[in-house]
Amino acid sequence: MDRMILDVAHLLAGGLLLVSFMMLYQDRLPALFNVFALHAFVLALSVAWQAYVQAAPHLYVTAGIALIFKAIVIPVVLRRIVVKLGIYREIEPVVGIGSTMLAGMGLVALSLALMLRVTAEADALAREDIAFALSVVLLGLLMMVTRRNAVSQVVGFMSLENGLVLAATGAKGMPLVVEISVAFSILIAFIVIGIFLFRIRERFDTVDIQALDRFRGERQ
Amino acid sequence: MPLEIALGCVAVLLAAAVAGVFAARSPLATPLVYGVSLLACLAGLQAALLQSLDPASMPAVVLPLGLPWQGAHFRLDSLSAFFLGVVDLGGAAASFYGLGYGRHETAPQRVLPFFPAFLAGMNLVVMADDAYSFLLSWEFMSLSSWALVMAHHRERDNARAGLIYLIMASFGTLALLLAFGLLAGPDGAFTFAAMRAGTHGQKIAAIALVLVLLGAGSKAGLVPLHVWLPLAHPAAPSHVSALMSGVMTKVAVYGFIRIVFDLLGPPGWWSGMTVLILGALTAVLGVLHALMERDLKRMLAYSTVENIGIIFIGLGLALAFRANGLNWAAALALTAALFHVLNHSLFKSLLFFGAGAVLAETGERDMERLGGLIHRMPKTALVFLVGCVAISALPPLNGFVSEWLTFQAILLGPDLPQWGLKVAIPAAGGLLALAAALAAACFVRAFGITFLGRPRGTAAASAEETDAFSLATLFALASLCLFVGILPGFVIDSLSPLAQALVQGRMPAQTVLPWLTIVPIAAGRSSYNGLLVFLFIAASAGMAAFAIHRLASRALRRAPAWDCGFPDPSPLTQYTAGSFAQPIRRVFGTFVFRARDHVSMPPPGDSRAASFSVDVRDLIWDWIYQPIADAIALAADRLNRLQFLTIRKYLSLVFCVLVGLLLVLAIWL
Amino acid sequence: MALILDLAVQGAQMALVLLLAPLLTGFVRKVKARLLRRKGPPLLQVYRDLWRLLRKEAVVAESASWLFRIAPYMIFAATWVAAALVPTFATGLLFSWSADLIAIVALIGSARFFLALAGLDVGTSFGGIGSSREVMIASLAEPAMIMVVFSLALIAGSTQLSTVASFMLSANVGLKVSLAMGLVALVIVAIAENARIPVDNPATHLELTMVHEAMVLEYSGRHLAMLDLAASLKLLLYMSLIGCIFTPWGLAPAGAGPVAYGLGIGAYLGKLAVGGFLLGLFETSIAKMRVFRVPEFLGAALMLGLLGLLILFVTRSL
Repeated sequence: MDRMILDVAHLLAGGLLLVSFMMLYQDRLPALFNVFALHAFVLALSVAWQAYVQAAPHLYVTAGIALIFKAIVIPVVLRRIVVKLGIYREIEPVVGIGSTMLAGMGLVALSLALMLRVTAEADALAREDIAFALSVVLLGLLMMVTRRNAVSQVVGFMSLENGLVLAATGAKGMPLVVEISVAFSILIAFIVIGIFLFRIRERFDTVDIQALDRFRGERQ
Repeated sequence: MPLEIALGCVAVLLAAAVAGVFAARSPLATPLVYGVSLLACLAGLQAALLQSLDPASMPAVVLPLGLPWQGAHFRLDSLSAFFLGVVDLGGAAASFYGLGYGRHETAPQRVLPFFPAFLAGMNLVVMADDAYSFLLSWEFMSLSSWALVMAHHRERDNARAGLIYLIMASFGTLALLLAFGLLAGPDGAFTFAAMRAGTHGQKIAAIALVLVLLGAGSKAGLVPLHVWLPLAHPAAPSHVSALMSGVMTKVAVYGFIRIVFDLLGPPGWWSGMTVLILGALTAVLGVLHALMERDLKRMLAYSTVENIGIIFIGLGLALAFRANGLNWAAALALTAALFHVLNHSLFKSLLFFGAGAVLAETGERDMERLGGLIHRMPKTALVFLVGCVAISALPPLNGFVSEWLTFQAILLGPDLPQWGLKVAIPAAGGLLALAAALAAACFVRAFGITFLGRPRGTAAASAEETDAFSLATLFALASLCLFVGILPGFVIDSLSPLAQALVQGRMPAQTVLPWLTIVPIAAGRSSYNGLLVFLFIAASAGMAAFAIHRLASRALRRAPAWDCGFPDPSPLTQYTAGSFAQPIRRVFGTFVFRARDHVSMPPPGDSRAASFSVDVRDLIWDWIYQPIADAIALAADRLNRLQFLTIRKYLSLVFCVLVGLLLVLAIWL
Repeated sequence: MALILDLAVQGAQMALVLLLAPLLTGFVRKVKARLLRRKGPPLLQVYRDLWRLLRKEAVVAESASWLFRIAPYMIFAATWVAAALVPTFATGLLFSWSADLIAIVALIGSARFFLALAGLDVGTSFGGIGSSREVMIASLAEPAMIMVVFSLALIAGSTQLSTVASFMLSANVGLKVSLAMGLVALVIVAIAENARIPVDNPATHLELTMVHEAMVLEYSGRHLAMLDLAASLKLLLYMSLIGCIFTPWGLAPAGAGPVAYGLGIGAYLGKLAVGGFLLGLFETSIAKMRVFRVPEFLGAALMLGLLGLLILFVTRSL
């Protein structure tokens, strides 16, 4: 029974990692939003399982927040933004998808090797989950670094936060207050970014980062 | 007794070399020299087999040659016997092939004296028991093979190939010299026995390992020191190319194993990881380069680089297991590497001999001017096919067995505690699997474009079957590939005393198992039976053919090709070597080689031809060797000013150096 | 006596895979047709096609060689031997120790080697297209498969397929992350190797979209029948492989009685039906990829396999 608990937790954490790779693989915006919704859904499942295992009811609230906001509300809002901005097309990765996946593999290997070595005296359930969580964070960062489109960078940022939530729940004892404040600040950041995207689009007619670089002041 | 026979064979080979110098122009010289080499190599092979039957005795002798206070030590232990067997088997095959191929040689006086000298050098390296005779034989081997590379020096690229080969060989010998110097220590103990007995610190061992990787690795063809291999190996005559690729690289592997496993003492785990990663990178880069080549022999040379990578993966695993005390796992990895040494010398010689036959009959090395040779040279095509199947590691031939053993060794990796190894071993496993799949693609391309399809030129359309000696050698090697694949237990058991001596562990005995199965670890874990697989495939194919011909139909009609209703009579519309590799070039080549296609299409109405070119760059050459060459040229320019100093300046130069030396002495003493 | 019984079971397995393979292909075609609201060909149509082709005269191109004529038999033999070694209704087959999972992968590789050569033999550009695309797909699919094999071998402690299947049946296995990743990677590899949508379209004959069909374009008569049967056997092999590893319930252990074997065969037929239905559903609901998206697709499978293997290596000592 104990093994089963460990295995399900690992399965869900590993599933989150798998969905992060799927997000790296996407090259169309609507598909990316669907995969991000799946990412948040798997996170919600993982947090709910942790709530069951640790008998910590406040984590059910965290799972609910992840499910409602990140799996349903945010993808819908992102889809609306994208339709309004008219950038309903392909994402161009900076280096090819193959090289991005290879870099992702290297990051996962790095985080596994590092985290499992550093947490040598913690218990087995937490160690692997923290290693997977760090991998998800790094893959979110990789996504932000290797995409030209600002909207996909926002999605990478959100998946990074999902990784942080996974790490925090695995570490046994994230109080509800912290979770609410973290989620709230992310939401605010998201709203601000959304507003700015609209302004940028109005002004420069594009949200492509490379193109925007030409408008920087001192570059004449 | 075996040592005397082996040394006698070396003497006979040297005598044949001298005879070759004087008698090269007479028509009897070619069969004489090659015949004598063949007999000498067969005797050497017999000596090696005699020694391997009696592994406990290790005959040694000290000849009164060389340095007066030391002499030249020679010894035959189980490692030397195995590599002596490999060298002499390859040498015998090349000599027998040379009896037929040598008739096509246009400059026999440049080849005949150096061929037996090359064989003698390789035999001596394997038997040397002190640093001096080892290095002397190593240089002798390099120089005689350099002379063979320069045999046709008037052809376009051969002179440059010879220059680069000479530079890399000298660099390798320098590295080995420094390594031996480090191992000999301040007392100057040059014999291997003294080096074995001495203890070396961690730092000395690390520096010695790096030096040996530079020295032996450059001769074997490890990335990034492999650049001379695809230039020099194709430049030599085909039987010499086979010897260089199939045998000389193995002598370099012998040097590596002798120094790192035998003389350096117990290894650290980081040495295993370094060798493992280098081997994996070499394997993948070698085969990717091979896929881009259209010259048959250059492609085979790059494939040698790939197989050396596979051998070093096995050696790296053996070092890693040994460092952690898992001696039986180290024995498995070492056996896998040494099995691949034997296999590669067999099928690479076979492939080079086949390429030599094609070159002799058509005068072409370029795959894109050949094609359809399976109709004109059917027997050569058959044995070349066997070689391609063997090198692609397909059951039931021998290439599969060594690769299977390497995979089994990789599967033992999780038992190792170090984190670097835990990440490096699965990565190396992935790269090895990738290299194996790409090698199969490479040899489908090689056989398909050269032998299948329709002839792409008059040379290919009018080729004849090659001569009897070449065919006999080819069939003998092909049969050996099949036998070693079906009876691998014998080879594994003969390698056991070697593994016991080097890593103090052994694999379970194989020949006692029923039905010729091999079980490398334990019966429940993994097993393979080449004979049964071969019999099953043969029986299924035979049964199917028989049943269909009896019960259904055996009618056959020849007709023009269907080609979807648009048959084109011109053979130029077939796939070429470049077009076959285009998908793989696009997937891997854009990253590894910065491969770019350039198409220029004239506008409609313009009757100029369109042009298509592929730009493939060797990044190692651009990033490592070109900057070094540029730096040397720059330094040479600057130092040129030393030619034009006044007398006063020359005198002051001498004065400054003298004062500097006195200062150093003053501080140090 | 026991030896004769074991021999009979092994022989039954070999005959079973040979007889069921065309039925599976027919079933998948029927499912796809039904999902597209067509009636579709009858389930036994593939058998009739094979029999018709076998009795026809083989038309061979003038530029073809002996390799062209013997390749179909070699390909068929290699695929049949590989398929006969994958447990379908019982583990512990008599000859299962002669070739393990790596050897099965290599046998499929030999079949593909000869098929690619046969594509190049006649000297037309269609064969070249098929062969070059096939080796590109293989250069990524085969390493991905080997990575999955390694993950399974590390979990089950053996590379022999019977041992792996028995281990998966036992209670020790648990729900491992690497197994999930291995399953996804294996499904992707199976789709690529069997020339199914989204990698290749088995029903088309357009040059731009075909890989397998381009290589066998010049074949006719009994040779084509052999190649079609080999392709069906390969599909059956991959489904049996996924079934015996990831859904091993119903496999009779070695030496069980005829009742257990009967139940095993019934379970096997059920697994094939479910697998065929899912394959038909998947092929109907997704479009075929551009040729140069396929390496990214397979590269994802390779990365997944490597990731699963890496996780196993790293967590072994925990």
